[in-house]
Amino acid sequence: MTDYLIRNARILGGEPTDLLVKGGVIDRIGDGLTAEGAEIIEADGLIALPGLVDLHTHLREPGREDAETVDTGTLAAALGGFTAVHAMANTDPVADTAGVVEQVWRLGREAGHCDVFPVGAVTVGLAGERLAELGAMADSAARVRVFSDDGKCVSDAVLMRRALEYVKAFEGVVAQHAQEPRLTEDAQMNEGELSGRLGLRGWPAVAEEAIIARDCLLAAHVDSRLHVCHVSTAGSVEIVREAKNKGWPVTAEACPHHLLLTDELAATYDPIYKVNPPLRSATDVEALRVGLADGTIDVVATDHAPHPHEDKDCEWQAAAFGMLGLETALSIVQKAMVDTGLLDWAGVAERMSAKPAEIGRLAGHGRPLAAGEPANLVLYDPEVTRVVDPTETASLSRNTPYAGMELPGRVVSTFLRGKPTVLDGKPA
Amino acid sequence: MKKHLLSAGDLSRDDAELILQTAEELRSLADRPIKKLPALRGRTIVNLFFEDSTRTRISFEAAAKRLSADVINFSAKGSSLSKGESLKDTALTLEAMGADAVVVRHWASGAPHLLANAGWSRSSVINAGDGTHEHPTQALLDAFTMWRHLGDLDGRRIAIVGDVLHSRVARSNALLLRTLGAEVTLVAPPTLLPYGVDGWGVETSYDLDGVLPKTDVVMMLRVQRERMNAAFFPTVREYSRRYGLDGRRMANLQDHTIVMHPGPMIRGMELTADVADSERSVIVEQVTNGVAVRMAVLYLLLGGSEPALGGAEPFETPRPSAPQGPLAPGGEE
Repeated sequence: MTDYLIRNARILGGEPTDLLVKGGVIDRIGDGLTAEGAEIIEADGLIALPGLVDLHTHLREPGREDAETVDTGTLAAALGGFTAVHAMANTDPVADTAGVVEQVWRLGREAGHCDVFPVGAVTVGLAGERLAELGAMADSAARVRVFSDDGKCVSDAVLMRRALEYVKAFEGVVAQHAQEPRLTEDAQMNEGELSGRLGLRGWPAVAEEAIIARDCLLAAHVDSRLHVCHVSTAGSVEIVREAKNKGWPVTAEACPHHLLLTDELAATYDPIYKVNPPLRSATDVEALRVGLADGTIDVVATDHAPHPHEDKDCEWQAAAFGMLGLETALSIVQKAMVDTGLLDWAGVAERMSAKPAEIGRLAGHGRPLAAGEPANLVLYDPEVTRVVDPTETASLSRNTPYAGMELPGRVVSTFLRGKPTVLDGKPA
Repeated sequence: MKKHLLSAGDLSRDDAELILQTAEELRSLADRPIKKLPALRGRTIVNLFFEDSTRTRISFEAAAKRLSADVINFSAKGSSLSKGESLKDTALTLEAMGADAVVVRHWASGAPHLLANAGWSRSSVINAGDGTHEHPTQALLDAFTMWRHLGDLDGRRIAIVGDVLHSRVARSNALLLRTLGAEVTLVAPPTLLPYGVDGWGVETSYDLDGVLPKTDVVMMLRVQRERMNAAFFPTVREYSRRYGLDGRRMANLQDHTIVMHPGPMIRGMELTADVADSERSVIVEQVTNGVAVRMAVLYLLLGGSEPALGGAEPFETPRPSAPQGPLAPGGEE
């Protein structure tokens, strides 16, 4: 195994220093390091962050290999600076058995671009009727700790309560897609003045907030861990903040697109901007940024959702929900949080690596960049800019909402346990 | 005029008035033995209907034929659940056939927008009703009907009553009537007013009786009985009692006030038979005006600025801004 001497990297944006990566771990950190036989990586001006961890990725395999595979999705992840992703359960077949989660986990190992931690479905077939075999998935080789019906809400209060209680036995967490189903039937975009004008059925903030409020109360009642997926409204931030003030076991994530884009984009009727939960107002974007900065929102998660072209090249109402996110996440966070002064690079590392790893109970990820720690790290150049070109993505799909947009920063290299997965912006 | 007519909000006051004036000239054709003009001879207009609407389709068809255009009717029924050929492939097909204009009716809000802007086709796109979004030619024919009865619409009060939430007619009318200087009041139970309607720049009211004595036009919108199953209102009877127009309510209108309905109407629900058949009702006239307005729209979008036939007699008109030449009746057809 090749050793790497990374020179003059700014760890968490600090003063330049050297890192020696040896045998899959960070061997030493210090100025003017030398190492016999090690490959030198010049990292002048680059920031070193711990390898990013995504709590919310749709890899689409098995079932929709036309949109993404574990191989292509994890390569996109590596190019985005991720060393671990949580693969959502809404595949076909649904990841609701030990067999399916082990398959996804094994495909991830074979691809080798980043670690894949399958998310188990909470209910059989995501149907919201009876619990899937959560224990079997937890005990499987995939060692599932995060359970979610994402894409659908566990709307039945009793089922949600039982799921929260049941996963305590193996330190699991229920990640809720908070969407009251009756309030959002056929919903197309954020409910506001614009939805009324455009004649697109509204997805009201209250449909998210009502479920989050209920689930926070349930989590407190049974003292089990709740994680709230893709928080999108100012009201949701307020509810989570209040729950945390009370000391309840609640964590929450926000997606890059909700930190940057607003519902005004729906006026184009271009379904590239159709996502669930929908893009919200500028007020909501601001509240999410503040919530992420003050720790109310623990984590940035991509909700990377690949879709084939034909599912986006059609009427808004007929189009699929979702947008790509892995390869642009760090740039969006820089633009929305770092360049605005809301978060420093240590804060970024906390919210995109340490916290998500902690929520997912991942031992080898989200660790600090220190001697003796696993060499999961990303080198990032915050000074360059790039114009997003959808044809350049490693993902099989092209549905990025940032096409043509100039974004700051670029992932230069990613290391997974000391082995480069990305070098000089290209697959290693 | 722009290349497309997608939203009533795209029309400037000048655009809208030009369409109305042009329609006024064209309307007189209806009273002539020969109703046809050569203005769009050799042009191809496709009526692309993803949703049934016999009325709107035949109105556009009549309008196009009276301008001597070739008309192709393309019915591509399908819903978001049972998708047939995609909008994109349909558009590419029509482009390959060389359509000059596509008149599109679609169940999805924004579909005409997509057709015009996705780069699939070079045709002019005319929105003939999209989802719960807009129906701009309906608004134009409504405005034209009001204008013929009331003259200038500046400061006129117009009440639009009924299921505003699901109505593309209401949206287009609210936009266009404001452009023309009228004061619009949307009257509906709170459940049938769109969220955020306060930002539309129109008045809203839940009280039909309070609005009627002040209004110059009452436009009744269609209300589907099935809406009561989704709790928009308790029963048809209660709806009619609170928001229906009957003889008793009609008695509170000013003498000059007209009653409109975009059709198809449900007698007894939105308005009673005595109202629909009264002197105030201009519902049948709306249909006649629909053809004239659609002729004007097609003409202005497709041919508008240049004379279609050299040497044609200028059409006599008292309105100075009206187009000349091409509106002359065609001798040979």
